[in-house]
Amino acid sequence: MLKVDDLHVWYELKRFGLGHAGYVRAVDGVSFELNAGEAMACVGESGCGKSSLMKTILRLNKPTKGTIDFKGINVGELDGLDLRDYRSKVGFIQQDPFGALAPFMTIQQILEEPLIINGFTNAAERQSKIETIMEEVKLTPVEEILPKFPHMLSGGQQQRVVIARAMILEPDLLVADEPVSMLDASVRVEILKLLRNLQEKHNLAVIYITHDLSTVRYFSEYIFVMYAGQIVEFAPIKSLLENPTHPYTQALLEASGDPDAKNALEYKEIPPGEPPSLVNPPSGCRFHPRCKFAIKGKCDVDMPKPMPVVDGSNMAITGNKHVAACWLVEEEWKERAGLTN
Amino acid sequence: MNNNETTDLLRVRDLKLHFRVKSGAVQAVDGVNFDLPKNQATVILGESGCGKSSLAKAILRLLPKNVDHYSGEVFLNNQDIMKLSDEQFRKDIRWQRIAMVPQAALNSLNPVMRVGDQVAEPILLDGKLTKKEAMELALEKFDQVGVPADFLYRYAFELSGGMRQRVAIAMSLITEPEMVLLDEPTSALDVLTQANIMNLLKRFKAEKKASFILITHDIATSSELADNVAVMYAGQVVEVSDAHNFFTEPLHPYSKALMDSVPRLYGEMQPDFISGQPPSLLKPPTGCRFADRCPARFERCSDEPPVFNMSDGRKVKCWLHESDSVSAESNPDTWEEMYAKS
Repeated sequence: MLKVDDLHVWYELKRFGLGHAGYVRAVDGVSFELNAGEAMACVGESGCGKSSLMKTILRLNKPTKGTIDFKGINVGELDGLDLRDYRSKVGFIQQDPFGALAPFMTIQQILEEPLIINGFTNAAERQSKIETIMEEVKLTPVEEILPKFPHMLSGGQQQRVVIARAMILEPDLLVADEPVSMLDASVRVEILKLLRNLQEKHNLAVIYITHDLSTVRYFSEYIFVMYAGQIVEFAPIKSLLENPTHPYTQALLEASGDPDAKNALEYKEIPPGEPPSLVNPPSGCRFHPRCKFAIKGKCDVDMPKPMPVVDGSNMAITGNKHVAACWLVEEEWKERAGLTN
Repeated sequence: MNNNETTDLLRVRDLKLHFRVKSGAVQAVDGVNFDLPKNQATVILGESGCGKSSLAKAILRLLPKNVDHYSGEVFLNNQDIMKLSDEQFRKDIRWQRIAMVPQAALNSLNPVMRVGDQVAEPILLDGKLTKKEAMELALEKFDQVGVPADFLYRYAFELSGGMRQRVAIAMSLITEPEMVLLDEPTSALDVLTQANIMNLLKRFKAEKKASFILITHDIATSSELADNVAVMYAGQVVEVSDAHNFFTEPLHPYSKALMDSVPRLYGEMQPDFISGQPPSLLKPPTGCRFADRCPARFERCSDEPPVFNMSDGRKVKCWLHESDSVSAESNPDTWEEMYAKS
């Protein structure tokens, strides 16, 4: 349904507001596909380009290079009414619910606005749509909540309003940008379960952007890990958790753990340094300056291509779906070939 | 318990902090008791709005103008620091013996001061050191927390989130305080940075014999540092336990629900959520404050439970543990009595 092919999003840097001073390569060659009814998680640290990717899918940015194909439409070239139609098919759930809701509008106005813009002229029809969606996201009692302003609701309820607003035009694709990171731990799971139910019920495609690996498992089938504007690993969730292959993915998993009193007794192994500048990314693999497995003369020279991962238990490829962009994978394949010959 | 002899660094007894608002008094901290042994870390866990940050303010006496009621005992090395005058407290306790790393490091650093000057500021205040000596000390602390030396002359906005947090930690350590209060030190950071900061705090605990109070709602991160856990709900501490027992089998139904709400990376457990909302702190329920949301509620819960001492040293404020407890601490004063007194 959604096909992103070799997408680049570069922002131009100006010197004194005039001369050209280089590009910030926020997204640099990202490709993936998403089918209807699938949830895909995008994991990465801040500054890895996941928000730029999301904004480009929503067409708030224009792609610099590459294409986004949504049901046969080239999203990059849309404008005017076509763009409005496209946006009505793509829902967006913001990170900070309070910041995303206009403080001077009632919940009624907030939920009615997209319907008015998209040509629902019958007031009774709008009202019934609003009530249905509010029941669905469990914002009840409806009559009590509709005249309220956002600040009168709790954080969890605010996020439900944001979800209702994203869902009210019955989109095919939902982009959720860290939908629970601003919420309390006890409410997070509730909102994630709600999103999952909506996704299954309406056969939605969902892109779930997060930096919290532990919530991904309950929410999506596939996951890709981004680092410095590129996808470093793509896999079905289970496969990634059992067999993390890229050293960056391994570091992420090492850093996020389950609660356990033993954690206090040991130090975690964290790669040194910080993510690179996207104006002048490192040559070769972008993770190589921080990677403890880096091979001199290879990792710092050539950029690794995504390769299917070798399964630990047998010679089979992990369903062909688990790919990682790391030279170590190629080394491992070579080693395996040497052993069997 | 004998209040005069103890090896605990900090003991908080019946600490109360209420705020006055238009519609009444918000009972943000309401009779809190817990201990911090030397060279250990006590984690204060709870949802937002349960009074965690107000507790930090109450301990450090960083009070806003609308305080309605502020009482209790806070013993630092057996000295009741609540009895000190504001001036003495400012001079001897705050930042000299108890320092704090505030919640959002960007907002807590002065945007128009170089970070080196800010870090050196607390030791310059008492005038014993020259500016040069203070900057040398600041440099030493920067080195310890892993911030490059040339960052001394930068401004807060030039640093990344992780670096800012390190600067805030350096600032809290510069006076070599006996304990540091950390208020959500990693909540705004990326996972790798978060793990880095937790590593740093662990190292300070092991090598410098530092003592920490860590205030957080992130259970997985809290387990990185915790020796003891105190769970807060609606202004009260409902469970005090050692880390091992708490993370394997919490006692209070609220602690259990909190632990169940943590999504896990591994294992089969499905996370669950706590339905309902915490009670208003303007008019908290008279009985157990968690009763409305509690799956194990029964008739007794309409009375406020005392704190039950368990045989393994844990404390829990729940009627369910009346039968297997070894003793109970006396019921705190009811509201009516307290207001009659004051």
